[in-house]
Amino acid sequence: MNMKKTFVVVSLLLGMAALAAAQGGQVLLNAAGATFPYPIYSKWFDVYHTAHPNVQINYQSIGSGGGIRQLQAGTVDFGASDGPMSDEQLAASKFKILHFPTVLGADVPSYNISGVSGELNFTEKALAGIFLGTITKWNDPEITKANPGVNLPSADIVVIHRSDGSGTTYIWTDFLSKASDDWKNKVGKGTSVNWPVGLGGKGNEGVAGLVKQTPNSIGYVELVYAAQNGIAFGKVQNAAGKFIKADLASVTAAAAGAAKDMPADFRVSITNAPGATAYPVSSFTWLLIPAQIQDPAKRDAIKDFLKWMLTEGQKYNEGLTYAQLPKPVIEKELKAISLVQ
Amino acid sequence: MSAASTTITHEVPPKSGLRAFVDRLRGGDEIAHLITLIASAGIILITSLLVLELWRTSYLSRTKFGWMFFWTKVWDANFDKFGAATFIYGTLVTSAVALVIAVPLGLASAIFLSELAPRWLSDIVSFLIDLLAAVPSVIYGLLGIFIVVPLMRTTLGPALKKVLGFTPLFAGPNYGVGFLTAGIVLAIMVVPFIISVSREVLLSVPREQREAALAMGATRWEATWQVVVPWARTGIMGSVFLALARALGETMAVTMVIGNNPQISASLFAPGYTIASVIANEFTEATGDLYLSALIELGLVLFLMTFILNGLARILILATERGGGRPA
Amino acid sequence: MSEPRIMWRKAVNAVMLTLTGVAAFGVVCVLFLILGYLIFNGGHSLNLNFFTQLPKPVGETGGGMANAIVGSLKLLLLAALMGLPVGLLAGIYLAEFGGKTFSFIVRYTTDLLNGVPSIVIGIFAYALVVLPVKHFSALAGGVALGIMVIPITVRSTEEFLRAVPNSMREAAMALGASKWKTIVTVVLPAASGGILTGMLLALARVAGETAPLLFTAFGNRYWGQGWGQPIASLPVMIYTYAISPYDDWHRQAWAAGLVLLMLVLLSNLGARFILARSKAV
Repeated sequence: MNMKKTFVVVSLLLGMAALAAAQGGQVLLNAAGATFPYPIYSKWFDVYHTAHPNVQINYQSIGSGGGIRQLQAGTVDFGASDGPMSDEQLAASKFKILHFPTVLGADVPSYNISGVSGELNFTEKALAGIFLGTITKWNDPEITKANPGVNLPSADIVVIHRSDGSGTTYIWTDFLSKASDDWKNKVGKGTSVNWPVGLGGKGNEGVAGLVKQTPNSIGYVELVYAAQNGIAFGKVQNAAGKFIKADLASVTAAAAGAAKDMPADFRVSITNAPGATAYPVSSFTWLLIPAQIQDPAKRDAIKDFLKWMLTEGQKYNEGLTYAQLPKPVIEKELKAISLVQ
Repeated sequence: MSAASTTITHEVPPKSGLRAFVDRLRGGDEIAHLITLIASAGIILITSLLVLELWRTSYLSRTKFGWMFFWTKVWDANFDKFGAATFIYGTLVTSAVALVIAVPLGLASAIFLSELAPRWLSDIVSFLIDLLAAVPSVIYGLLGIFIVVPLMRTTLGPALKKVLGFTPLFAGPNYGVGFLTAGIVLAIMVVPFIISVSREVLLSVPREQREAALAMGATRWEATWQVVVPWARTGIMGSVFLALARALGETMAVTMVIGNNPQISASLFAPGYTIASVIANEFTEATGDLYLSALIELGLVLFLMTFILNGLARILILATERGGGRPA
Repeated sequence: MSEPRIMWRKAVNAVMLTLTGVAAFGVVCVLFLILGYLIFNGGHSLNLNFFTQLPKPVGETGGGMANAIVGSLKLLLLAALMGLPVGLLAGIYLAEFGGKTFSFIVRYTTDLLNGVPSIVIGIFAYALVVLPVKHFSALAGGVALGIMVIPITVRSTEEFLRAVPNSMREAAMALGASKWKTIVTVVLPAASGGILTGMLLALARVAGETAPLLFTAFGNRYWGQGWGQPIASLPVMIYTYAISPYDDWHRQAWAAGLVLLMLVLLSNLGARFILARSKAV
C-alpha cells in the first residue's frame, strides 16, 4: 500500500516537473514604444518567432514616451523610442538602461503649391523661417533663391505640423534647432513642441491629408510614409551645402558620417550630419534594454534577438523602406550586447 | 359580510424588535435595499477614487501653476509652461456646437420615430441608429478627415461665409478643419444617444395624454409638441446629458478634425484644441514629470467643468419641472 | 375658430411633421454612408483569413485579426459582467428605493463619471490593476470598459423604471407581494425593453473605444491566454493600422471597423430576440 502511494506521488511530481519544464520553454516578452518603426519591428519579431517558435515578442506601439514609462514601471521587458532618453531621465531611472539603434528614419518636407509640380529645394534657413512664421509667403527670397526658374506664387504659406507627440516631430525639431538659433531658443526640440504657427494633424496621415487638401501648404512626414503613399516631397540642403533628396542611401550616409564620433551609449543626434551625400533630417530609432535582466531565459532571448536583428534582421529593412544601419555602427553594437547581464 | 362568516380575531401582540427585524430580512426588502444601496455607493466610490488619483498625480503641476493654470494660454512642453485656457475654450465651443446641431436633429428624429412612423419602421430605424453609437471614434475621425473636412472647405464653408461672413462667428480663413467641423462630427456621434433614449421615453408617455389633446382639437403636431414632449421632458433632458457627456470627453475623433492649434478665437472656422484631444495626443509621448502632471491636471479641469455644467443643467431641470410634466 | 387660423395650424402641422421625417431620414443616411464607406474600403479585405489568422507583418498576405475579434468579445464580456449589474442595481435603487439627498448625489456622480474622457479612465484602471502586478491584462481592460458602461446603464435603467406607472406597483403590492418581489416580477419586466436598450447602447459605446485599452489590455500580436495577459482588441488594431503608412493595413482597418459594427449588430439582435422570447413566455 505504501509503495503504491509513494509511486503515485513520485510520478505525479515527475509529471508536474515535466509539464513545468515543457511550459518553461516558452519565453513571452512584452515590449512597447515608438510607432515609427512598428512595421519593421513587427516583421522582425514575426520572422524571429518562426525561427525560434518558443520565443514570443509582443510589441505594441503606444508611443516613445509610453515605452519609456512602461519600461520604468516594469510592466514591459524592453522599450523602444524615436528619441534618446535624456541625461535627466537616465539619472532618474531606477535601473540602468542601454540604447541600441535599430533602423534609420528620416523626415521629408511635403507641400502642395498651386502651379508648382516639380521638386523644390529648401535651405535650412527657409525651413526654420517657415515653421517659425517669419517667412510667410511662398515667393520669399529665401525660398526663390534656392529654386531659380520655378514660378512660386505670392500666396500665404499654411504650415502643417503634428498634433500628437511623436519621434517624427523630434527629428524635425532637432534639425530646426540646429538650423536656427531663433528656433532653438523660442521653441526647442521635443516630441511635442509649442508650434508658433500652423495646423496640427494627427499622425502622418493627418499631416499628409491636410497638406493634400490645403492649397499652398507645407508639412513634414516620415520618409517611409511618403514613399509608401507616393507623396511628393522636396530636397533639403545638408551641412555640406548640397540639396539632397531623402532616400535609403542618403539616410544611411548620414549615419555613416556620424559613426566616427558616436558615443559608446549610441545616444546621438545625426541630423545635419557631415558628408556630401548625407540627408540632413535623419535619425536613429532605439531599443531600450535594461542592463540587468533577472530571468535567464528572457535575458538570453533578448541578447539573441539583438544579435539576430543586427545581422539577419537588417536584410528586411529596405523592403519596407527603412534604411539599414551602417557597418561601423553594427559592429559597435554587436560588442555592446555583452553589456546586458 | 354576514355574521356567520365573521372570523375570530385575537389580539396579536406586535413581535419583539429582533424577531421583527429577522422577519423583514426574510421578506427580502431590506436585503434588496442594501444590495442596490451598495451598488450605488460603489459608483460614488469609483468616482471618488478616480478624482483622488487625478488629484494625486497632478500634484507637481498644481503646486507649480496654482490658479493661473486656468487662464494661462501657453502650452509649451519644452519650456515647461502649461495652461488650460485654450483647451477649456475649445471643449466648451465644440460641445456647444455639437448640442446645437444634435438636439434639434435628435429630438425631431425621436418624435418622428415615436409618433409618426409605424411601429415596424420605428423599430428597424431605431435599431440602425443605435449602430451609430458603436462606430469606433477612430473611424469617425477618419471619415471626418475624408468627408467632412473637404466638404467644409469647398462647399459648406464658403456658403456660410457668403451668408453669415459678416458675423465674427464666421470670419477668418477657412481651412476645412476647425471648431465647426469638430462640432459637426461630434453631433453625429452623440445624436444616437438622444434619439434612442428620447424615443423610448416618448413611447412611454401614456396614451391618454395624446388622446386628451387630440380630443380637444389639437393637430398632431400641437398634441406632440405641447403635451407629449413636455410630459417626457425629464427623460429627454436625460438623453441630452448623455450626449453632452460624450461630447465633452470624446478623444479620438475630435483631434483628427479640429486643427489642433491651441488658441482662442471667436471664429468657428478657426482651428482649436480640446482637453480630451490634447490628453489623447500627448499622453503616450509625454516623458517629463511636470508635463505628465500638467496633462493629468487638464483631466481634473475637465472633471470640474463637467461638475459645473451638470450642476447648471440640474438647476435647469428643477426649474422646468415646476412648469409641469410627468410627476417625478 | 377662424378659417385662416385653422389653415395656419394645419400648415404648421404638415411642415413640422415632415421636418421630423427629414431629420430621421438624414440620420439614417449618415449611418448608411458610414457603412457604405467601410464596405467600399474594407470589403475585399474580409475573407476567411481575416477571421481565422493571426496578424501578419506588412507586405505578407493572409494575415487576419482572429485574436482581436476574440479579444474584443472577451473584453466586452468582462465589461458586461463587471459594469452592467452595478448599473442595473444602482438604477433600481434610484428609481425604487432612493432617499432624496443620497439619490441626488448618486445621480450627479454618475453624470460626472460619464463625462470623464476614456483615456483618463484607462489611466485610472492602469493605476488600479496594472501597476500593482506590473503587467498588462485583459482583466484591466475589462475593468476600464466596465467602469464606462456603468453611467449609461444607470441612467437608462432609472428612466425606464420610473416610466412604469405606479398603478402597476400598487396592484402588485395589493396582492401581497413584497417590494423586491414587485420589482423583480412586475416592474423590471415592464421596463425591460428600455433597460435592455440602455445596456446595449452602453456596450456598443465601449466596444469601439481605443484609448482606455492602450494602457490596460495593451494589445497582443498573438493569442492572449486566460485573463491575466495582454490581449488584442479590434479598436486598438484599427487604430494601429489606420495610422500606419501602408495601404494594405488601411484596408484591414476598415474591414475591422466593419466587423466591429457587425459584432455589435449581432449582439443587439441576439439580445432583443432573447428578450422577446422571454416576454412571450
